[in-house]
Amino acid sequence: MGELKLMKGNEALAEAAIRAGADGYFGYPITPQSEVIEYLMAEKPYERTGMVVLQAESEVASINMLYGGGGTGKKVMTSSSSPGISLMQEGISYLAGAEIPCVVANVVRGGPGLGDIQPAQSDYFQSVKGGGHGDYRLPTLAPSSVQEMSDFVPIAFDLAFKYRTPVLIVSDGLIGQMMEKVELFDQMPRLTDEEVFEKYPWATNGKPKGGERRIITSLDLDPHKLEKHNHKLQAKYKEITDNEVRYELIDADDAEYLFVAYGSSARIAQKSLKLAREKGIKVGLLRIITLWPFASEIINEFTEKGIKGFLSVEMSAGQMVEDIKLAVNGRTKVEHFGRLGGVIHSPEEVVEALEQKIIGG
Amino acid sequence: MTEEIIIAGFGGQGVLSMGKILAYSGIMQDQEVSWMPSYGPEMRGGTANVTVIVSDERISSPTLTFYDTAIILNQQSMDKFEETVKPGGVLLYDPNGISKHPSRTDITIYKIEGAKIAADMGNTKIFNMVVLGAYLKVKPIVKLENVIKGLKKSLPERYHKLIPLNEDAITMGMKNVIN
Repeated sequence: MGELKLMKGNEALAEAAIRAGADGYFGYPITPQSEVIEYLMAEKPYERTGMVVLQAESEVASINMLYGGGGTGKKVMTSSSSPGISLMQEGISYLAGAEIPCVVANVVRGGPGLGDIQPAQSDYFQSVKGGGHGDYRLPTLAPSSVQEMSDFVPIAFDLAFKYRTPVLIVSDGLIGQMMEKVELFDQMPRLTDEEVFEKYPWATNGKPKGGERRIITSLDLDPHKLEKHNHKLQAKYKEITDNEVRYELIDADDAEYLFVAYGSSARIAQKSLKLAREKGIKVGLLRIITLWPFASEIINEFTEKGIKGFLSVEMSAGQMVEDIKLAVNGRTKVEHFGRLGGVIHSPEEVVEALEQKIIGG
Repeated sequence: MTEEIIIAGFGGQGVLSMGKILAYSGIMQDQEVSWMPSYGPEMRGGTANVTVIVSDERISSPTLTFYDTAIILNQQSMDKFEETVKPGGVLLYDPNGISKHPSRTDITIYKIEGAKIAADMGNTKIFNMVVLGAYLKVKPIVKLENVIKGLKKSLPERYHKLIPLNEDAITMGMKNVIN
């Protein structure tokens, strides 16, 4: 068993970056995720593993540092919270276009605009339906515990390098600020420059003897060539959709209704599930782990099996509920419940919403 | 066993660190724990509260509406959290600074003169440990030896010399809690 610690979600994410063998972290502080860079600065990974930690002058700078670092095949990462992630969108689109692996963590807070510093889940659309311009998608992992804030970092790096794509980790102020028991995984080695050069034939860290120049770019002024590049990206996204969907089912075997939730809402919904079952309501939980690719197939299966309704529970005005509706396609009832602007719904409110909107509605 | 606790008082009273030590003690005896602070722009002098859950099972929601135990350390928190104790639950408070005492009859109410005891012991900073001792007398959910282990884990090494003082404070809390 690995080392057991009591940590904040943000600290677990930071420690996991070091242990995953990251080469660099570039970031700019913003509540509620400032503990990430605070922890890294205190922990001095440049002395432990040689990993670089740099406070950039802005979020725009940090995302472009990922472009540079990731372009040379290095494992690089940044984190921020909603307004900072909005600033990064241009860079994320470029990273997706140039197929540069990297990890971007968003500890979501209330919006729009500067909003507040309380937990929210209103960046779902931004995460899975663009954010930046162009036809791109980002694999998006949604941790719902401090343990997963740690565990998902190496998974995110694996996906990023396997598919040559930026990968998002989307949590929120609640997961970032709370402390839980976490079992830390063992230190993974950083790759040497030679290993990176051998392993990643696209990495721009030197021209192989007698080989082709390696070029990283998102620009191609020939529309036919750019169309071809886009088809290549789409084929990759299809492969990701086919292979990388993750979810968890809780008490779903005998369920007549399903909560669908991710992140902290999934934690709250687990309590709601217990409260509802005490009242004799057979409800289960579909916990979404990858926001994209989305668990459409399992939703389709439950719909086929005659589930009486889905209640999407998100701290937003109803964003993920649209993807559930697409998967259900009108065959059964789908409703949304969620508090807005940084207010966290109570487990009791969620049960009430299930009774009113799905069972009685 | 699942124990759902709210600890509430002023910032600076050691509310958050008391919760942290309790959570660490739970880890020391192989339990699941969560520690969720109220966080916001307010700092020292403002209100502070933390939800701590210690359980033998996987913990669901880290934020709650109702609690098995409320540990209340100022009047604002009394106004807010007395009604959130589950029927049959426990309310533990320090009467220092409380003008309106709790009145519910469907819960068990305990008092600890934490501020006074800490002052008598010559160190007001161990106030939260006195209160923690009182709580552990009422609800012995973690063993004292595991609390000491938890203290060692959560205090930086340079403060380890203060552990015996903290242990004394816990013992004083255990002795002086009144029903």
